[in-house]
Amino acid sequence: MTSVAAFRNVSKRYGEITAARNLNLDVASGEFLSFLGPSGCGKTTSLRMIAGFEQPSEGEVFLEGICVNDVPAYSRPVNMVFQHYALFPHLNVESNVAYGLKQRSPKPPTGEIHNRVHEMLELVQLTGYSLRQTWELSGGQQQRVALARALINKPKVLLLDEPLAALDRKLRREMQIELQNLQRNVGITFILVTHDQEEALSMSDRVCIMREGEIAQVGSPLDLYDRPRNQYVADFVGKSNFFYGVIEQVRTWKVDIRLDCGIPVVLNSSRSFNSHKNGDKICISVRPEQLVLARDESNIPEDSAIKSTARIMNRIFLGEQIEYLLCDERLGEFLALSSRHNELNEKPFETNEVVFVAWSRDATLILDDDERDKPNVS
Amino acid sequence: MRIYATVVYLFLYVPIGLIVLFSFNAGRHASELRGLSIQWYGKALSNPFAGDAFFTSLEIAFIVAILSSLMGTAAALALQSMKGPLRVILDGLIYISIMIPGIVIGIATLVALVTVFDFFNPLLATLWPEGYTPPKLHMGYASVIAAHTLFTMSLVIIIVRARIAGMDRALIEASMDLYASPWRTFYQVTLPQIYPAILAGFLLSFTFSFDDFIISFFVAGPNTTLPVYIFASIRRGITPEVNAIGTMVLAGSLSLLIVAQFFMRDGRRRAKVN
Repeated sequence: MTSVAAFRNVSKRYGEITAARNLNLDVASGEFLSFLGPSGCGKTTSLRMIAGFEQPSEGEVFLEGICVNDVPAYSRPVNMVFQHYALFPHLNVESNVAYGLKQRSPKPPTGEIHNRVHEMLELVQLTGYSLRQTWELSGGQQQRVALARALINKPKVLLLDEPLAALDRKLRREMQIELQNLQRNVGITFILVTHDQEEALSMSDRVCIMREGEIAQVGSPLDLYDRPRNQYVADFVGKSNFFYGVIEQVRTWKVDIRLDCGIPVVLNSSRSFNSHKNGDKICISVRPEQLVLARDESNIPEDSAIKSTARIMNRIFLGEQIEYLLCDERLGEFLALSSRHNELNEKPFETNEVVFVAWSRDATLILDDDERDKPNVS
Repeated sequence: MRIYATVVYLFLYVPIGLIVLFSFNAGRHASELRGLSIQWYGKALSNPFAGDAFFTSLEIAFIVAILSSLMGTAAALALQSMKGPLRVILDGLIYISIMIPGIVIGIATLVALVTVFDFFNPLLATLWPEGYTPPKLHMGYASVIAAHTLFTMSLVIIIVRARIAGMDRALIEASMDLYASPWRTFYQVTLPQIYPAILAGFLLSFTFSFDDFIISFFVAGPNTTLPVYIFASIRRGITPEVNAIGTMVLAGSLSLLIVAQFFMRDGRRRAKVN
């Protein structure tokens, strides 16, 4: 087994509140994994259980195959980059970075510490900053010091607790790329906690989406986007249109569905992960970019899952693409994303224009209807 | 409004100014000014009784300051790591203890100590081997130090608590994460963060103990602290000598308070930087 960190049936309760419920996860060596979810979903608690700041109420946390439930934080071979960096204000940059090495027993010789600190500062592009005070540095520079302070100890796992949240948008983008490069260079396992889906999807090898203390789905960003296991994941990763309905009949290769609005839909059953039965309440999901919009009905593909007309309520220019908010009496409101220069070379649609809408069977996912009572956010 | 404010300030500072002024009086009486001189300072400094009382006060204040900063810091750290309603109650009790009038602390400590002495002295007498004089607990240095520490410790707790509360809790976790044991974390991270507050608490405790009259008056026993000496000598009439002693105490206390203020501000500045 090559997993460097693992959860086995881990739960964490604070009195009445369950912050994490029955987590099972293996993190492979050298992997970049993200915990993604809204605040209060248990992602930070999970990270802190790996760091050793929280003890699981049930289950076991493993590091390199050894149960570390009873190992205190200061004996675990992991290091953390804190949300607000937590640099020691009474120490300069060099002493901050050297802090971890100086706690080791036996303590490495001063010359070696000095050399390694300078190597590390070079790695994070802070050469020449060693004697600065931490509060003289900009947010981005403090972030690099925090990274250097953690990485110098060559941890088995580097834990990052929303490390980019305090940076402005442009700098955050730069640091995302830098972090990714850094991770490839040092080959250390990174576990990142974030509520920013774009950040998680763009940086990680795998993303663990969490919801109310449970793991909703773990997978590569592509996997999560193309094959969400439930409506929550489909909703969280990218934008989706959801339509609710009931399964009328499951056939060998096809599924007949009747949407609540009365429209019948026929889908390929191979696209569905879950085995469904007749009469199951389900939700079908389709990504905005997979909707086909056309002025002329003949441009709509024949084998579409749904064909309808809808009025353009609103449109937002996103540069190359335009996002349309459409409304149909039966389907309700939904989003479509189309390229400004589509194959049909049509001019962008105007607000209030009535257009033909369709999407293919392959673009439609059947999901468990686990959100029916919640408002359709996207 | 402006006149009102002026009058308030006059009431506050004119008497103090007069004491300072009259300490430089060349004449014998406190009520009439006859030219300026520093003879009373010389007289005060060469007065053996005043000198003894001064050193007694100094010694007591120093020990009180050390004890209360140690105990106060320990208590503040313990309170910080506590949770729930118990902490709220204990916090409240600390604030209340600061507002208890000195006279109440004086009487309470006196009664408590006398009760303890009455219990232990006969016990010690019976336990001691025949032929030797048994030790006898009595009022003195120790009782003044105990009473003062009781009071000043609360001050230290409040000052240090404020500093700890302003400290980023993540710093301690960061230190633990970087392999420092709890003890190393304490002296490598926590202590450097809170030492300005401890020093400020030390200096405030020193000044409070040094200046205290009421509590000392009750529990000092045969020992005379400087404020008690001044009170005693005033009964023989106010002399410029007393004014001179008062002025010196005032100067000393003020400078300590200014230094303490500096440390507290330094602490706040450091806290803000984080």
